[in-house]
Amino acid sequence: MNFEAVIGLEVHAELSTKTKIFCACSTKFGAEANTQTCPVCLGLPGTLPVLNEKVVEYCLRAGLALNCQITDWSKLDRKNYFYPDLPKAYQISQSDLPLCRDGSLSLASGKPIRITRIHIEEDAGKLIHSTEGEGYSLVDYNRAGVPLIEIVTAPDLATPEEAVEFLEKLRRILIYLGISDCKMEEGSLRCDANISLKPAGTKQLGTKTELKNINSFKALGRALAYEIERQSELLAEEKTVKQETRKWEEAKQRTLSMRSKEEAQDYRYFPDPDLVPIELDPDYVAEIAAALPELPEEKKHRFIEDYHLPEYDAELITGSKYLADFFEAVLKHYCNPKAASNFIMGELLRLMGEEGLDPEDLKVNPAHLGDLLQRIDEGEISITQGKKIFERVFRTGASPEEIIQAEGLRQISDQTQLLIVVNKVIQDYPQSVRDYLGGKEKAAGFLIGQIMRETKGQANPQVIKGLLIEELEKMRQE
Amino acid sequence: MELCDLTLHEIKELFAEKEVLPSMVLASVAKRIQAQEESLGAYLALDLEAAFAAARAADHRIQAGKPLGEMDGIPFALKDNLCQTGKETTCASRILQGFVPPYTATAVQKLLDQGALIIGRTNMDEFAMGASTEHSAEKKTKNPWDPQRVPGGSSGGSAAAVAAGETIVALGSDTDGSIRQPAAFCGVTGLKPTYGLVSRYGLVSFASSFDQIGPIAKDAEDCALVLKAIAGFDPLDSTSLRGEQQVDYTKGLEQSLHGRTIGLPREYFGEDLDAEVRRIIMGAVEQLAELGARIVELSLKLSEYALPASYLISSAEASSSLARYDGIRYGRAAADRGDLATFYTQTRTEGFGPEVKRRIILGAYALSAGHYEKYYQKAQQIRTLIGQEFEEAFRCVDAIVTPTAPTPPFKLGDRLADPLALYLSNLYTVPVNLAGLPALSVPCGFVQGAPVGMQIIGGPFAEATILNIAHQYQKVTTYHQARPCGGRKGGSR
Repeated sequence: MNFEAVIGLEVHAELSTKTKIFCACSTKFGAEANTQTCPVCLGLPGTLPVLNEKVVEYCLRAGLALNCQITDWSKLDRKNYFYPDLPKAYQISQSDLPLCRDGSLSLASGKPIRITRIHIEEDAGKLIHSTEGEGYSLVDYNRAGVPLIEIVTAPDLATPEEAVEFLEKLRRILIYLGISDCKMEEGSLRCDANISLKPAGTKQLGTKTELKNINSFKALGRALAYEIERQSELLAEEKTVKQETRKWEEAKQRTLSMRSKEEAQDYRYFPDPDLVPIELDPDYVAEIAAALPELPEEKKHRFIEDYHLPEYDAELITGSKYLADFFEAVLKHYCNPKAASNFIMGELLRLMGEEGLDPEDLKVNPAHLGDLLQRIDEGEISITQGKKIFERVFRTGASPEEIIQAEGLRQISDQTQLLIVVNKVIQDYPQSVRDYLGGKEKAAGFLIGQIMRETKGQANPQVIKGLLIEELEKMRQE
Repeated sequence: MELCDLTLHEIKELFAEKEVLPSMVLASVAKRIQAQEESLGAYLALDLEAAFAAARAADHRIQAGKPLGEMDGIPFALKDNLCQTGKETTCASRILQGFVPPYTATAVQKLLDQGALIIGRTNMDEFAMGASTEHSAEKKTKNPWDPQRVPGGSSGGSAAAVAAGETIVALGSDTDGSIRQPAAFCGVTGLKPTYGLVSRYGLVSFASSFDQIGPIAKDAEDCALVLKAIAGFDPLDSTSLRGEQQVDYTKGLEQSLHGRTIGLPREYFGEDLDAEVRRIIMGAVEQLAELGARIVELSLKLSEYALPASYLISSAEASSSLARYDGIRYGRAAADRGDLATFYTQTRTEGFGPEVKRRIILGAYALSAGHYEKYYQKAQQIRTLIGQEFEEAFRCVDAIVTPTAPTPPFKLGDRLADPLALYLSNLYTVPVNLAGLPALSVPCGFVQGAPVGMQIIGGPFAEATILNIAHQYQKVTTYHQARPCGGRKGGSR
């Protein structure tokens, strides 16, 4: 029997607000353990949460960009459970009235994926388990109280590929909105997936499993593919799929049962009496909507329209907001978009690939690349030199000028200076001159090579070629 | 009459005339503590040394005629659920033993900023759950008027300390009557402000949607002074209300009661009410009428649902708010480290007393899947309706007068075995918490030597109104001037 997969995602994105959701502690990643904490985010007795309004604003940005309805009267609820990483033994979240609901995001195929809800909540701390046999765990509360949005889709995704595409598109939008850096490896973007199978062409949904611990886009695709296979085999043998939570094991490339539905917790949600309802003024929402930045799709079309980039280039460059911003910054100093795009897609992306660098970590100043491209166009340096110089710009962040100075890479186009070298080479290689004059045009190439060697590659090849031919033709007439 | 038996406003006058200095008042308080505390048991911790050091500094300011603020040099006692930097805060619970907060409650900070001397931390029912202070894990506090009787609760230590002259004023907290009922039982004046008027930051939560800090003092004028000192918007508490400007609650005290209408709700004078208490309250009502107030009867039919609704909601909130006490980060941890679940279970089994456990279990049940709608949500609906009923009543009256508690202070141990009987002691105070209204209790008589209190309830933010009524009443009566320890016996003038 053929089965169709029914997939829904639950995505958590850490918001990049400066301070935590209910206190003034910094949200910066990577600080020494427990240095970014205070009595409020440690949940000490008598302390009270106060909502960071930026968190609401960021969530609304996401909701508006994803075509959601905005809930004008919502509230924060307590989700109760015991765990050492949760200092209050409840997480402040939103249950029945999320800030945003009923949105959608379309895949490249045009298929819309419905977004059921987006809500705000606080993150928990981080447990670090001892690796020796000691059997203790340490807790770092720096992350406790970092704001999150949870985005839940309807079960509209049909394949692992669709799920990965959706997540990539979503990530791109959140980065464009400037509300999250969405780094899966740092945990600022996390994804759980619900998946069930049904016989092809039928409507009745099967029993779903929830997949956790998915730490990369690749893992999402693989975990779903694994689960489709596992569930298909069970169903083919007429066995039942158990409703349960399963953990993706990256090392073994498989999912493993974590807990069954019966073990599922009752979170005893209720409105947090320490906080007041969130009432949104329509004018405030309209202001946020009006201030939304350009989103990936819009930017791509604008690049095609304004810069006459081919669709392929526009898609690739707007794939990352940082790259798109970089491209446009280069154009402030250099006015040939296609040449800039070629250089970025060729050289820059190649080097980034070699280094495994993300666009947001680029050291290159876009003004420097603009300057470099300008110098190439003006013939001050050759394309080959340009690429070499760029590699150094890329690695060091230095300016092309500094590198040209330091390495003596400036192209020599000065005719008088070059004429001396041309004549020297003519004198040094009489046989090649004779060959050329005897009709072997190729001999000129050898001579040009020698001139380049004499000038350590700094000679402008166009200029020396002109000069050499001129000199040789003079000799022929003599 | 010793200095420790004086009111805050009397002491302020003496300070102004430089007849008396803070150290002298504190010395009088300390002497009383030394004489009586061992048998009374009002305090969990005393810090007289620090208080004397602060008093000496206050002496200089008073002498120089440059007080730090309105509370300069005044001894205060704090209920043990109010955090103060560096002071162990246990809420009279084993589970918080050793917890020393690195922050001070906003209300306490305001007092300190105005020069108050904090002399100690008072006994209470564990996490403020109870009406007799017998649910303290530490000790029993006795009623200063009769050592056989309870001081009321949960702020029993604060009320007993004020009544006995072991402090001049105290702060308590009121979730279901915990300021007013012990104030009534100890013959002192206690005020629960409108919800949101005083910041809850630094008050260890019992039930966040009800909890409110307020003064326990010797008369209404003192309550007005303390309220003025601690009220106001606090950015650290989302539920604290942005008031216009600071209100001087002492200003309207002298207003006549002519033209005021006072309502008597029928349901608060039913068969639950002790006959002697009824007689005393009706006498007080007559006095209010003589002062010019128009007395009208009214009905608050929904009040009979207030007790169950309040217990459901406050227990639900407590089940969540008290979940953080797991012995991992602070407080008392079980010695048995087993696995995580065992450790949690052991720590909480050993750390909480029976009343706290009862409420956590009840609250968790009321919130659990399948029960939420039936219990928690239903109780919230009742809460809304009770609020509306009061709102309607306050269209016709300026204040509502009731007994504070249905009975005089009961005997120690009498109601310990019967939680329901204990809850009933809050029958008349708890509707006020559901509606978030201000109310106070003033002494209005004695039954067999034990004090009886009258509750005066106001509309939202009508603290000035109820303080005015209480003050006018106290101007023609002397019950509030009666002192249990060799002082005067009160009466009607």
